[in-house]
Amino acid sequence: MSKDTGNPARAADSNAESRSAPGMPLLRIDAVVKKFGQFRAVDALSLDIQAGEFFALLGPSGCGKTTLLRMLAGFETPDEGRILLGGEDIAQISPHQRPVNMMFQSYALFPHLSVRDNIAFGLKRAKLPSSEIGARVKEMVTLVKLDGLEKRKPDQLSGGQRQRVALARSLARRPKLLLLDEPLAALDKKLRESTQLELMELQRRLGLTFIIVTHDQQEAMTMAARIGVMDAGRLEQVASPRDLYEAPRSRWIAEFVGDINLIEGKLDTIEGSHATIARRLAIVTEQAGTIHIAKPSHPLSRTSVCVAIRPEKIKLSRRAPVSDDVRAINRLEGVVADVGYLGGVTGYKIELDSGLILRSSLANTARLDSDAYGLGQRVVAWFSPEDCVVLEQ
Amino acid sequence: MASATNKLSRFNITALALGLSFLYLPIVILIVYSFNASRLVTVWGGWSLHWYDEFFHDQAMIDAAWMSLRVGATSATLATILGTLAAVALSRGAGFKGRTLFSSMLYAPLVMPEVITGLSLLLLFVAINAERGFWTVVIAHTTLTMCFVSVVVQARLGAIDRSFEEAAMDLGCDPLRAFAAVTLPLILPSVAAGWMLAFTLSLDDLVIASFTTGPGSATLPIRIYSEVRLGVKPEINAICTLVVALIAVVIVVASLASKISDARGKNAAPL
Repeated sequence: MSKDTGNPARAADSNAESRSAPGMPLLRIDAVVKKFGQFRAVDALSLDIQAGEFFALLGPSGCGKTTLLRMLAGFETPDEGRILLGGEDIAQISPHQRPVNMMFQSYALFPHLSVRDNIAFGLKRAKLPSSEIGARVKEMVTLVKLDGLEKRKPDQLSGGQRQRVALARSLARRPKLLLLDEPLAALDKKLRESTQLELMELQRRLGLTFIIVTHDQQEAMTMAARIGVMDAGRLEQVASPRDLYEAPRSRWIAEFVGDINLIEGKLDTIEGSHATIARRLAIVTEQAGTIHIAKPSHPLSRTSVCVAIRPEKIKLSRRAPVSDDVRAINRLEGVVADVGYLGGVTGYKIELDSGLILRSSLANTARLDSDAYGLGQRVVAWFSPEDCVVLEQ
Repeated sequence: MASATNKLSRFNITALALGLSFLYLPIVILIVYSFNASRLVTVWGGWSLHWYDEFFHDQAMIDAAWMSLRVGATSATLATILGTLAAVALSRGAGFKGRTLFSSMLYAPLVMPEVITGLSLLLLFVAINAERGFWTVVIAHTTLTMCFVSVVVQARLGAIDRSFEEAAMDLGCDPLRAFAAVTLPLILPSVAAGWMLAFTLSLDDLVIASFTTGPGSATLPIRIYSEVRLGVKPEINAICTLVVALIAVVIVVASLASKISDARGKNAAPL
């Protein structure tokens, strides 16, 4: 344990623990390591999942999120560490003996079996009486709205219907924990959005615990109450969607989740202590002058830091805003270098005189473009100290 | 335009006719002469079923044919079981040591000269003092045809997503049940094709059978070959025509079976 103190995964874990209710979590992943040869696919990862939680594992491809999920399902065995489900170590238990079910990315519907037999497959292995199997299949078919299709084979179904059969099949055994591996990746955009809402509704109604693996940030943010972002086999941050977006722990997270402006700088110090004016810190940057930020809740350990601002927090105006407005204390002048109209919002790139490019996105609240800024126009970009995040790593 | 490109050009037709006649002309001549009334093989004496009648009264030839069918069915069944197991081990047990060695060793009999296979089996049977007859030919043919089955089944296994088996295990099957409930039904068309391939190979084999058979248990090819050495009787033509017909039926059944399983896979509804 002690050797992991500097590990972000460990830190994220303690973070999660402090927020969760006291008592044993449903699932505890404890310092799990999985190696493929010399490559550490999952590296001393720890995580607690509470019963009834909708948790998303998010990360770029190759970050180890699928390997982690496969270890929970039992298809991979951890080299080190424990996986406790309801207090019992299941790390070495084979898949068919775990009260865990998985929905596969490819759905893996058995092509030679009908919808009914696919859903009943797991129930038959559980040796339930046939009357109960029939009732449970009927319940599942209704739950995922597949009534009337029970006799079809998987190849006679549409993509959305197949996804529902896969979901029904994995829910039929009433698992303590349902694992979903990119469950919506094969659906088109419209169908994906409606299915996201249905999955959330289902999870809430049945009170189940879902762990979903996805590479799609929007999907993770929409569905999950808590997101774990993985990179190189470690959890970089575990947080609610809002915290992940508004309070990223590191530069990597800030850049991975959504768009962000990063400006390097140094803490302004006066006689050895940080210059604090009205609960604000000043950060001297080479490219954007002095930036005032709200004093972070935790003390900073380094003087060379990075200021992060989301594009939608940067406002534009033609003239400098009123000088005594604190929210406009940070103001940078530049020229509009690029305009990208996206419908609901317009993304601007503002080139400062120092050469730094700031991205700003403004909501198109009016139908007519009288407010829009044109290419080459000189503008003032301004933002509040409250909207800046200071990152040390 | 489209119809012009779909039409066969004169060159295509000529090439097709030449190729097909190269393959099938000898067999067609054999079939036609099996209906020859004349005693001389090379002289046409009018249509007759006389030589078929002759064959059905030739007890030695009937025995040999029956022997061949039994050997073919038994060895094909054994080869299918062993070959399928080998294919599963090689395509699913990805991690074990010496896998590459095993798979190349499995395929060696494909290219091994039959004389060598036959001779080595003969030496083995002599060494262990096995009485040569039905079972030694069955064992020899199993050795010969198992690798063909394995190749066919392994190709199919490679095309099947492993997540089917994982899903079965996830839903409560131990590995053996997962294989029986999910993998086996999915590879069944290729297992059947493997069986038929093994059966026809066994039916056809002369070299290995003549090394490993014993007195009183000659297979049809051995019997035919020894008859032919004494001069070709038109009866042989009749027998060969029957064998060709049997093999044709097996091939048609096999291709129909694979067509049906293909059609099942292609029936996917559009999104």
